[in-house]
Amino acid sequence: MPQKYNISTNAAPPRFYPVGKYSTIEFRENCAGSCKECVKNKCVYDIFKDNYLHMSKMEEPEYLYTCNSCFRCIQECTKGIFSRVVNPEYREIGDAYWTPDVLNRTWYQAHTGGIPVSGAGYRGPFVGKGFDSMWTDMSEIVRPTRDGIHGREYINTCIELSRRPERLAFKEDGSLDVEVKPILEIPLPILFQQPDFGIYSKGVLLSMLTAAQTIGTKMFLKAADVYEDMMCFGKSIIPLVKKENFENYPKLLSLVDMVEIEYEPGIEKTFGTLKAMNKDLVVSVGIPLSADLDYAKICVDLSKADMDTLHVYADSQGRELNSDTPRFIKDMLRDIHLALVDAATRQQINILASGGICMAEHVNKSIICGADGVAIDLSLLVAMECRLCGRCMNDLSCPVELESIDPEYGSNRITNLMGAWRNQMLEMLGAMGLREARRLRGEVGRSMWFEDLEKESFAPIFGERKVSIDVG
Amino acid sequence: MNQIKDQSKNKLPEIKQTPSRFRNTIGKYILKRNSKCVSCGKCAELCPHEVHIMPENHASPFRPVEHNCIGPDCKKTDHFCIEHCPEDAMVLKENPLLDTMGDYRWPPEMLLGHFAMAETGGAPHVDLEYNLGNSGGGFDMMRFIKPDPKVAIDIRDEDIDTRIELNKTCDGRPERTIDIPCYGGGMSYGSTALSIIVGRARAAKRLNSLTCTGEGGYPPEFLPYKEHVITQVATGLFGVREETIQHCPIMEFKYAQGAKPGLGGHLLGEKVTEAVAKMRETVVGSSLFSPFPFHSVYSVEDHKKHVDWMKEINHNVLCSIKVSTPTDVDMVAIGAYYAGAHIIHIDGSYGGTGAAPDIAKKNIAMPIEYAIPKVHRFLEEEGVRNKITLIASGGIRNGLDVAKAIALGADGCVIGTADLVAVECVRCGNCESGRGCARGIASTDPELGYMTEEDYVEQRLVNMYMAWRKQWCDILRSYGLKSIKELRGRSDLMVHLDYLDEEERKKYQPAPSFKMVL
Ligand code: SF4
Ligand code: SF4
Ligand code: SF4
Repeated sequence: MPQKYNISTNAAPPRFYPVGKYSTIEFRENCAGSCKECVKNKCVYDIFKDNYLHMSKMEEPEYLYTCNSCFRCIQECTKGIFSRVVNPEYREIGDAYWTPDVLNRTWYQAHTGGIPVSGAGYRGPFVGKGFDSMWTDMSEIVRPTRDGIHGREYINTCIELSRRPERLAFKEDGSLDVEVKPILEIPLPILFQQPDFGIYSKGVLLSMLTAAQTIGTKMFLKAADVYEDMMCFGKSIIPLVKKENFENYPKLLSLVDMVEIEYEPGIEKTFGTLKAMNKDLVVSVGIPLSADLDYAKICVDLSKADMDTLHVYADSQGRELNSDTPRFIKDMLRDIHLALVDAATRQQINILASGGICMAEHVNKSIICGADGVAIDLSLLVAMECRLCGRCMNDLSCPVELESIDPEYGSNRITNLMGAWRNQMLEMLGAMGLREARRLRGEVGRSMWFEDLEKESFAPIFGERKVSIDVG
Repeated sequence: MNQIKDQSKNKLPEIKQTPSRFRNTIGKYILKRNSKCVSCGKCAELCPHEVHIMPENHASPFRPVEHNCIGPDCKKTDHFCIEHCPEDAMVLKENPLLDTMGDYRWPPEMLLGHFAMAETGGAPHVDLEYNLGNSGGGFDMMRFIKPDPKVAIDIRDEDIDTRIELNKTCDGRPERTIDIPCYGGGMSYGSTALSIIVGRARAAKRLNSLTCTGEGGYPPEFLPYKEHVITQVATGLFGVREETIQHCPIMEFKYAQGAKPGLGGHLLGEKVTEAVAKMRETVVGSSLFSPFPFHSVYSVEDHKKHVDWMKEINHNVLCSIKVSTPTDVDMVAIGAYYAGAHIIHIDGSYGGTGAAPDIAKKNIAMPIEYAIPKVHRFLEEEGVRNKITLIASGGIRNGLDVAKAIALGADGCVIGTADLVAVECVRCGNCESGRGCARGIASTDPELGYMTEEDYVEQRLVNMYMAWRKQWCDILRSYGLKSIKELRGRSDLMVHLDYLDEEERKKYQPAPSFKMVL
């Protein structure tokens, strides 16, 4: 049995005070100033320890990153001088998709390597858009024995990136009659990709590459951004090239085992030349999920050519590009997957999905919708404390000084995040009774969709639904 | 056992005022007196809600008891302190603290409403929305239809029957009933303060209902209430012994739980104190994992073997099977029936009190609102609906949710979170962090685990359930029903706002919909 794959994590506390959710307010004019049992000394989480320091240094108290919201200081202060508000800065970070909560949880996971755990049940809306309109199944009894992430039984999260032969054929003497190329496999269904904004300092890119190398995955990186001293990352890099420039990178393409070429009509004609540059090169084609392209058909056509992986891109919120009524990536993936199933090529090639993957659950849900794996970008920046404030895009200073990040620290944070994500994936896979991430591909039967549940459970009672919920 | 069965339904447990255990309560409104106050005592004289209190021998009024203040509604009365203060020394505002409290499922007003019910035993007198959450789906979108005034009946609460039966099988075992259509969900010794779990057992006795051990063993403190304590048998089999099966009226097999469907339990090493280790027969300080699933059960036949084993140990015990809500929850339910269960307990994904991975709570298994009608219908189609008790849990937050769950097809509900909210849990979610709950609920820490008194817990729970009972009685009366059993499966008495035409929808209270910061 192969050695169990595991991502080892080490706490990496933030370099900068993270944007906390709450801010305490004290009406100090009412403070008696002499309580022996000041509630500040009693905070179970020692929040005011730092707060005192700030005060003695005459600095404004920082927003309390760690106030755990127990309300005891508020409810026990003899003078009732405490209240709290939501930190206005917290409300501002991220956007409607990359919510403050997503950023905060990402920071937590990158800091601790642990999975977010809490008591008192679920706290969010009943249903949401996109991935939040589906649930995953579980099986009560019939399943392999396993003990969750503390597992006895190994759950395999490997995926392949190389093409599989349609079928094996044998000669009379029993030897193989088809060419079976080397299998290119990575141990978890998550690849990295260069974010399309943010600080591309060497420290940032090296952090990502080092983490990719540590955990055994790969990173999509523009060929032009691969500096000479990154060449040592060799097979951890998947250079992104175009039809008009790929021939400029013979050295790079000889070092790597996978390349991605941007889609354009007729792109399949380049595959031969690419493979001639490095015969074992696995070829991925990057296809934008743009409303003006018939992407499902493009994928089917490409799948019949000599290539290995289709890498489809939605925008950072998982939406279709160039559309006023964009579809969501889960639905687009499903169409592509099913089109390939119909064309009987699905088993031969692989699909990677990019855009809108910002939580561990999105990886499994993308796979259920038909992807083999995903590629993530912004999460890598967020792991390194990025606040998605966009200041860098306007040439303003980065609040978390990403330009000066030490790759050792940065990669530690990213590795922690991936360790936490993988453990969460295992929780979901285990609950579904699956022992292999590959088995989840396209398995919609292992999921429950809002529209279906409403129809099945509520329609017989309440009749026809009159309000269509935008779940896309 | 018989004594319980014969308990008169006309005697309701006594409600007693049980104020907050915290010095400063949290109100919807805040009232501040400024330096202009001359302590004339006018406000204390005026306010009938005991917001302003100034005992005779005191020179100045106490700080306002803000949670009793009814806010701007008071303007319409002749005792509005703000306008009557001769010095203009008082300011009234909505409490900004509420922005930092609660969540989509339990918005701040639902929390405050339950604090008030647990304090007074009645509906809150402040305008709080305690029946509807802000989740935008499920129970929060369901409404009871406008009743026909002609069918309403005029009977006293005492004469309305809110009992449910837990053994419908006619198998010769006790025909156990409970007086309210709810009982307490498992909270284990070791994860929750002893005063809380024993307080719950005491309340269960007063309410003639039940509470459940959870997977933490059976502390001797439960023995005086043993007729009201369910022994849970979960995958770790911690603390399960022959005698604990022998003293329980009902035993519950926990196959899975909604908050972490398909995942095992995990008690952090810090919580495994000497007492906990002894109870669970394990080692002090080492984390305890309950595996998933039962490694001895791979089929309905294996499951039946379990049930038979329990039934053999205790000839009077009733068996409940607790499962979560997978796609095939209906098949699981029928399997439980054929294995000889008396109760099938389905636990939806959004509830739970113990710590669980956030990813599981949000994503794995279906919300209980979908599972109830699915199981109810299937059991009906199979012709066994009246031979098994269907209990729903996992996201049943308040009295109205209970009524809606019953109308969807459940016989009754299991409650966890609301019990904790009654004893002033604020749903901060830190139950498992470090020393545990800072408010002394989900903690066995030598200091934090002793913050609450059993008396307080018992009475606050009795009060809350009595407040809920009043709500159920109102609903039943308005539809001319005398028993909560008649409400079961009456989904025709409900509408779902998203299934109504716009005009029709306007007739009902709109769903709360406000943006919250999570
Ligand atoms: S609310 Fe609780 S955690 Fe936050 S500062 Fe006050 S005592 Fe500490
Ligand atoms: S924190 Fe802001 S400035 Fe820094 S990389 Fe992120 S988006 Fe750019
Ligand atoms: S830690 Fe918070 S959520 Fe948990 S029981 Fe205590 S108050 Fe409630």
